[in-house]
Amino acid sequence: MNHTTINGWVQIALFGAVLILLTRPLGGYMASVFAGERTFLSPLLRPLERGIYRICGVDETDDQHWLTYAASMLIFSFAGFVILYGIQRLQGMLPFNPAGMTAVSPDLSFNTSVSFLTNTNWQSYVPEQTMSYLTEMAGLTVHNFVSAASGIALALGLIRGFARRSAAGIGNFWVDLTRSVLYILLPIAIVFALIFVWQGCPQNLAAYTHVTTLQGGSQVVAQGPVASQEAIKILGTNGGGFFNANSAHPFENPTALTNFLQELLMLAIGAALTNVFGRMVGSERQGWAIFAVMFVLFLGGVIPEYAIESQGNPALAAFHVDQAPSAMQPGGNMEGKEVRFGIADSALFTTTTTDASCGAVNNMHDSLLPLAGAVPMVNIMLGEIIFGGVGSGLYGMLLFVIVAMFVAGLMVGRTPEYLGKKLEAKEVKMAMLAILILPLSILGFTAIAAVLPAGLAGIANNGPHGFSEILYAFTSVTGNNGSAFAGLSANTPFYNTTLGLGMFIGRFLMIVPMLAAAGSLARKKIVPASLGTFPTTSPLFVGLVVGVIIITGGLIYFPAVSLGPIVEHTAMLHHTLY
Amino acid sequence: MMHHIRPAIVMIIVMTVITGVAYPLAMTAVAELVFPYQANGSLIRVKGKVIGSALIGQEFTSPRYFHPRPSATTEPDPKDPTKTIGVPYAADNSSGSNLGPTSKALVSFVQAEAAKLARENPATAIPVDLVTNSGSGLDPDITPAGALFQVPRIAKARGLPDGTVRRLVLAHIDPRFLGILGEPHVNVLDLNLALDALNR
Repeated sequence: MNHTTINGWVQIALFGAVLILLTRPLGGYMASVFAGERTFLSPLLRPLERGIYRICGVDETDDQHWLTYAASMLIFSFAGFVILYGIQRLQGMLPFNPAGMTAVSPDLSFNTSVSFLTNTNWQSYVPEQTMSYLTEMAGLTVHNFVSAASGIALALGLIRGFARRSAAGIGNFWVDLTRSVLYILLPIAIVFALIFVWQGCPQNLAAYTHVTTLQGGSQVVAQGPVASQEAIKILGTNGGGFFNANSAHPFENPTALTNFLQELLMLAIGAALTNVFGRMVGSERQGWAIFAVMFVLFLGGVIPEYAIESQGNPALAAFHVDQAPSAMQPGGNMEGKEVRFGIADSALFTTTTTDASCGAVNNMHDSLLPLAGAVPMVNIMLGEIIFGGVGSGLYGMLLFVIVAMFVAGLMVGRTPEYLGKKLEAKEVKMAMLAILILPLSILGFTAIAAVLPAGLAGIANNGPHGFSEILYAFTSVTGNNGSAFAGLSANTPFYNTTLGLGMFIGRFLMIVPMLAAAGSLARKKIVPASLGTFPTTSPLFVGLVVGVIIITGGLIYFPAVSLGPIVEHTAMLHHTLY
Repeated sequence: MMHHIRPAIVMIIVMTVITGVAYPLAMTAVAELVFPYQANGSLIRVKGKVIGSALIGQEFTSPRYFHPRPSATTEPDPKDPTKTIGVPYAADNSSGSNLGPTSKALVSFVQAEAAKLARENPATAIPVDLVTNSGSGLDPDITPAGALFQVPRIAKARGLPDGTVRRLVLAHIDPRFLGILGEPHVNVLDLNLALDALNR
């Protein structure tokens, strides 16, 4: 029985079309920014940019070796960690705290600091009950900007590895970071923050509002500087909500328009970076080939997600509950969903937020039907390379391209090459290392949590769904996503610590081998293309890369996924409840 | 080493000033100037008193009002602060139920809600939004089907003809944005204020 609607498919198609249309113009602008060319914002921002370099003591012409580039990024992240940790521990004594929030506990401060500096934005806490406005603004919002900008910088490092020939360096981290914030993230965030306010997101510094409801009850309406954080939360694929319910909360995502814009902003920079890549390596078609791989995988997620969720929950059919769509209701699995979004918009949001490393949610993933819950899980397991986190999506994808070209090379018995660079033992080893770090953390920690009493204590749902909650948590943090099967009680020393480690491993232990590959690639000469060169803008290439991604992900994760969502799906079909 | 540490420390301070202080405060100033109603939470006043936010659902239990969706929000138990109790539409603690699809708790919850609703309107199948918890626990809306389902109860409680209440519902359906985005919905607080105006 098909319960999807034409309108639902039209909304998804419209989203895909706008994303395609945005990619080239935004990519062109970004490429100009990173090349240091004049743009329409230069008269305003160039003096500020120069001022920043001066007080930081940065020489913008300095070309960094990959080790220096990596060290700059790591030290910067550590400095950010210390300040963010300090703000949380001291927030009780600091200003902008009308709700009188007290100091955040040490293990939660650790977890939250790692979470935001790694662009994960996993939240073990209820924000409106835990964080002061100062922590939200001067702590968390800052990391929403700089962790995203670091991701973009890292992607540029790897792109330069392919684009340059016989070069010692891969760019300057400080310059890439500063330009990403000033010219890209900040202007877009300003525009969308105001659009979000117009649509209904609050933006104030007042205390929570105490109201007497129409019926005479009392209600405390939490508010705050929501819109400014919302814009960068989405744009920077951060995903950390101002409120516990994240983008399901009417103050974070008040209308269908804000919802559509949020879905778009999540993927916009990731998509545009494919075009930046194309331009920097001298052929936009190379960028479109990568875009095509991502788009195919996007469709592979959103289509089943919508089709499954629109069916509704068979366990409710016995109670005379109407789950079929009509002009008067969207129907489907409405547990954990908002009426203004219905099923199609929720399915699209769930897919985009896990294609990207965003992790914002406009519906509760814990209440998704079993196979619909597997879609976001698998999206993250594949490495969030489907447009992906800003920057991290592209460098993750390029690592898979290296592996795919290696596989292709093995098939024909030729040294693999990509964009004229010979891929030799070092690059392939580094790519494999970066890719294999992730399952080590996801599966390793899940296995530990699934046997230790401290891990099992956090489960909210019984049966296979409980296992899914644990698996999703470690998948989410290692992938630096941050969404959750939120029933899991994760604000415990055990989970705060292990999940924090997972985020750390997933971000930094992947970045270092990735940059090593970039540095090694940059040093190589370009081999001219010949008849034997594998054409990397062909449908064959797209198919090969998609295949390598799916086979790699399938081999690594299928057993774990089958223990959670797949077992639960068959249980649901047999009317088994837990 | 110092060569790397100085830029790191100065840069994080500079970024904190720009993105963590200047940006949110500037947005607050502009928002208060241009969109003061939205910036302050879309608060609705009746006779000068704030009765809620247009965007945040609130609890209605009286048969004279349209009821919102079930809400899974909680507050600390006044008797034992280490525990929580269910308090629907707690707008300082947003949350879904986080119950999975094969959860006994979910299915028995829906069964109980459906049984209650079937008593007031046995002829109509129950729209699914009326028996399921929203993602935020603060959903301000119900589906048009969910509003129409409640018409007989409200008409009876207020001594109004069914047709009058039904027309009121149909007049309060917010359509899709540009006819495409989102789903048609009815804002419960808005509808209940209109009901009160009708009945005065």
